[in-house]
Amino acid sequence: MTTKLPGEKLSELSKRARSVRMNIVKMITEAKSGHPGGSLSAADILVTLYFAEMKVDVNNPAAADRDRFVLSKGHAAPVLYSTLAEKGFIPQEELMTLRKINSRLQGHPEMKNIPGVDMSTGSLGQGLSAANGMALAGKIDNKDYRVYALLGDGELEEGQVWEAAMFASHYKLDNLTAFVDHNGLQIDGPVSEVMSPLPVPEKWRAFGWNVLEIDGHDYEEIYQAIQTAKSVKGQPTMIVATTVKGKGVCKMENAVDWHGKAPSAEECEMFLAEMND
Amino acid sequence: MGKATREAYGEALRELGEKNKNIVVLDADLSKSTKTNLFAKAHPERFFNVGIAEQNMLGTAAGLAAAGKTPFVSSFAMFATGRAYEQIRNSICYPNLNVKIAATHAGLTVGEDGASHQAIEDISLMRTIPNMTVIVPADATEAHQAVAFAAEHQGPVYLRLGRMSVADVFGSDYTFCYGKAVQLAEGKDVTLIATGVMVPEARLAAEELIKSGVTARVLNIHTIKPIDREAVVAAARETGAIVTCEEHSIYGGLGSAVAEVLVENYPVPMERVGVLDVFGESGTPRDLLIKYHLTASDIVSAAKKVISRKNAK
Repeated sequence: MTTKLPGEKLSELSKRARSVRMNIVKMITEAKSGHPGGSLSAADILVTLYFAEMKVDVNNPAAADRDRFVLSKGHAAPVLYSTLAEKGFIPQEELMTLRKINSRLQGHPEMKNIPGVDMSTGSLGQGLSAANGMALAGKIDNKDYRVYALLGDGELEEGQVWEAAMFASHYKLDNLTAFVDHNGLQIDGPVSEVMSPLPVPEKWRAFGWNVLEIDGHDYEEIYQAIQTAKSVKGQPTMIVATTVKGKGVCKMENAVDWHGKAPSAEECEMFLAEMND
Repeated sequence: MGKATREAYGEALRELGEKNKNIVVLDADLSKSTKTNLFAKAHPERFFNVGIAEQNMLGTAAGLAAAGKTPFVSSFAMFATGRAYEQIRNSICYPNLNVKIAATHAGLTVGEDGASHQAIEDISLMRTIPNMTVIVPADATEAHQAVAFAAEHQGPVYLRLGRMSVADVFGSDYTFCYGKAVQLAEGKDVTLIATGVMVPEARLAAEELIKSGVTARVLNIHTIKPIDREAVVAAARETGAIVTCEEHSIYGGLGSAVAEVLVENYPVPMERVGVLDVFGESGTPRDLLIKYHLTASDIVSAAKKVISRKNAK
């Protein structure tokens, strides 16, 4: 095990994650549409990546040697925008333009117009392939940047994911670390009932990946898994992060209904008050 | 008979790979057929076989381009554009990434493999996606230069290439000019607008028409998107009748692109020679062209029909 995250870092991550979550709820309320459940479940992973690990530069978002992040589950755009705003890539007030006409903040991430967004995503199953390409380019050029991708567990039902899984291990992309945001729910119900991708870790192991299983809301575990992945040679790493859909908002936790529904203004106030406690 | 356009593609890619170290090539287990094996042999460190997995191939190309590479990806046109259509749309064209899709074995002239492998909808599919450029070379010389163009052009390009050997249309003095129609013959009664393997057929048709006292302008349109509107409108204005000729469905391809320009600018009688909303079948390329009415004599009939429509006006 590498060095533990210092206590002040842990409290910083916790503080930032709360701010990211509050903005997720606010921006989706303001947009009157969007996907809160899967955004909230991924918040701790993104915050740990962007505030404890990734080499990115707000002043040079397209730097050739930067670490890259692909949000394969693109419907969780609010967590990405909110994290990028927390980091300083996007003005905080712009978050409230989400999904509105003429906004840069499209319903699903669009890389051309938003600094810090490394890949346009939204159609499920495609992000890991793009991450493969970025990691492969790094290998060809002997660069030491790392590529991160975040997939949903429902998304694992897409066939392209497994084409990409084969490719990454075949070409030994050890500069690639992916996460499954394993919150157990998709639009129509529990993943195990709709079309089971279970058991998730075993599938990735069978495809030749180094697999780590963690609590996706524990900053220390997320951080340590990222460090372990960096030390593994010749294999990509899949971090299967057990998460709670809607994490941080009691009423939304483990509730299928909150996959793609916006809170009302009253609900928003209630949720924000709860998060402020 | 000259070379197939896929042969020219492989050779051009191998050459470009020498100078342009940014080029990376992906193939989906068809490199011997698509001729990317020539590049693979010369530049193995920049060639990656993705296996039989076209969706991941196009997505990986998007990621390579996002990281600054110029990826060329190849498979048969059926799988490159059909199987991976949505990856092309969402992962490549939407973010306007610099990916070159060089698809071989397009059209009926795949031949014996039959309808499952004969892409006759690919131009239509690629043409409707914003940011995409669509190029259909007529012969090896044009294909070679089109590949070089694609490598330099910023943004996604679809190159439609064929399996079979085709007659040489152009000599070594030819210069490919992006977005510009190439006039191959002058005439006043009708214009034959052709692309790809139908270009030699259109020339033969023009020669045949002379015997009945009809002179035909022949245009090769290699860049289907963006189409040369000026050349199409000039042809309509100056000859008053148009026949389009393509080895593709009459829906959505060259014929549709030309019709769109005509109706908005200078409507004149027009006929389309193409595949008539049916699937192909197994057979030799020649037998297929004959059975599906894609030969010089079919173009001659269409020309006579369109001229009589013009004269009846």
